[in-house]
Amino acid sequence: MMRALPWIYLLVAFVFIYLPVAALVLFSFQSGTLPVPPFNGPSLQWYGEILSDDDLMAALRNSVAVAFGSSAAAVILGFFAAYGLARYVLPGSALIRGILIAPLTVSYLIVGLGLLIVLTRSGFVLSLLTAAIGHVVINLPLAFAIIYASMGSQQQNAERAARDLGAGEVQVIWLVTVPILLPSIAAAFFLSVTLSWDEFIIAFLLTRFDVSLPVEIWSLLRSGLSPRLNAIGSFVFLISITVVLFLEIFVFRRNRQ
Amino acid sequence: MGWGFVAPALLWTMAFFVLPFVVMGAMSLATMKGRTLIWDLSLANYLELAEKAYLWRAIVVSLEITLTVTLVSIILAYPLAWIIAFRVPKHWQRLALLLSILPFWTSYVVRSYAWLLVLAREGMVNNTLISLGLIGNPITIANTRFATVTGFVHFFVMLLTLTIYANLVQLSPNYRRAAMDLGATALQTFRHVILPLTLPGVVTGAFLTFVLCIGDYVTPQILGGNTELTVPQVIMVQLGRRADFPLASALALVLMGIVSLA
Repeated sequence: MMRALPWIYLLVAFVFIYLPVAALVLFSFQSGTLPVPPFNGPSLQWYGEILSDDDLMAALRNSVAVAFGSSAAAVILGFFAAYGLARYVLPGSALIRGILIAPLTVSYLIVGLGLLIVLTRSGFVLSLLTAAIGHVVINLPLAFAIIYASMGSQQQNAERAARDLGAGEVQVIWLVTVPILLPSIAAAFFLSVTLSWDEFIIAFLLTRFDVSLPVEIWSLLRSGLSPRLNAIGSFVFLISITVVLFLEIFVFRRNRQ
Repeated sequence: MGWGFVAPALLWTMAFFVLPFVVMGAMSLATMKGRTLIWDLSLANYLELAEKAYLWRAIVVSLEITLTVTLVSIILAYPLAWIIAFRVPKHWQRLALLLSILPFWTSYVVRSYAWLLVLAREGMVNNTLISLGLIGNPITIANTRFATVTGFVHFFVMLLTLTIYANLVQLSPNYRRAAMDLGATALQTFRHVILPLTLPGVVTGAFLTFVLCIGDYVTPQILGGNTELTVPQVIMVQLGRRADFPLASALALVLMGIVSLA
């Protein structure tokens, strides 16, 4: 009995962890209008509906655009800040690092609220662009921290060698620093993408007519339980899992070797 | 030269994070007279917090939920991480860990909705209990604090399992061997050796749980319904229905104050 106890615990824990996912995916194949037992199906009816829903597909494209755009901006800003702080002696560098990291310690709701007040008062019209600005604010500290942490003295030696051989600053960065740091730059970028693509509260506060996918899902939630929402949820889950497995197999496994 | 590299990121953070923060601080000292904003530098919003029972209540509710979630999540996640680290064979560990955090990648809004499917009146739990003959009529689980806590615990058990596991596998097995050699029982080894050594990791995870949980709007809104409001929910009500930015700012700063105390 005592020997079996850990395995029973593991089983119960997995049931708890997978219960909502199972309900979500199973009833996305429901044939009928309520995603609750008894299960009738399987039917692909709801997947057909979401794929032909223009609003939803527009929201999906918006989310992808905001995620990639804001992550690219966050990684570029973060990379240069990390390079400047790691390679040059600047007065007050501890303070600068502190300011750059600070948004990490504040909840997204508060970041969004502050931006909402300032952006609307300074004449910005709420749009996908303002949401992207918000996402750069929350992802810049992560990108900076990840890239800064991987800037060691080994790269510095390679950079010095390149400079001695006559490379200019731009050449050093583009031909030496960036290639060496590519794994952590890629990690920072993809982490940003996954966080931005799924982010709700900032996107909710800072968009108006064109919205991102989580905001669109939120507005659908008001009509209550529906197999349509199950289908959207399962679809998004499938995309995320594919990306995660892709990264695990092609990006991170290669790094470990 | 160095400044040129740092300046863009620094200016961005100053313009879109520090400045909004300062404006929010100033805003919390303004008041709304009907629909117009008056910059009167008063502490009226903070006084309102102390006077109005529903605002005060939101802070208490938020704290109660967050502390419950943090505690329950640690109690559930620790054994899970321990079993994966010490009972599951080495070459299966990575898979077991991946499996135990896979639902992490369900969309954030959808995750709470998925729990609604399980806990709703016609949902899986009620359906199962009725077909087993344990209850006659569906019981109310959704739209309660229990539902909110369940949704949160689900998420943070996954997070904490990951952080605690990372801590456990770093421990040299020699500690356990030494304790066992000196005659400690499994329980004593855990209580006096393993637990103290992993405590820093647990504390870090608990802090992360606390911060993320207390600032979350989606989970209590979807699963808790409007039976009792947390601070983020009250902030959103002020923004949406009443456009009372000053009071929302004051609440946001109080929320931050609580987090920085923790």
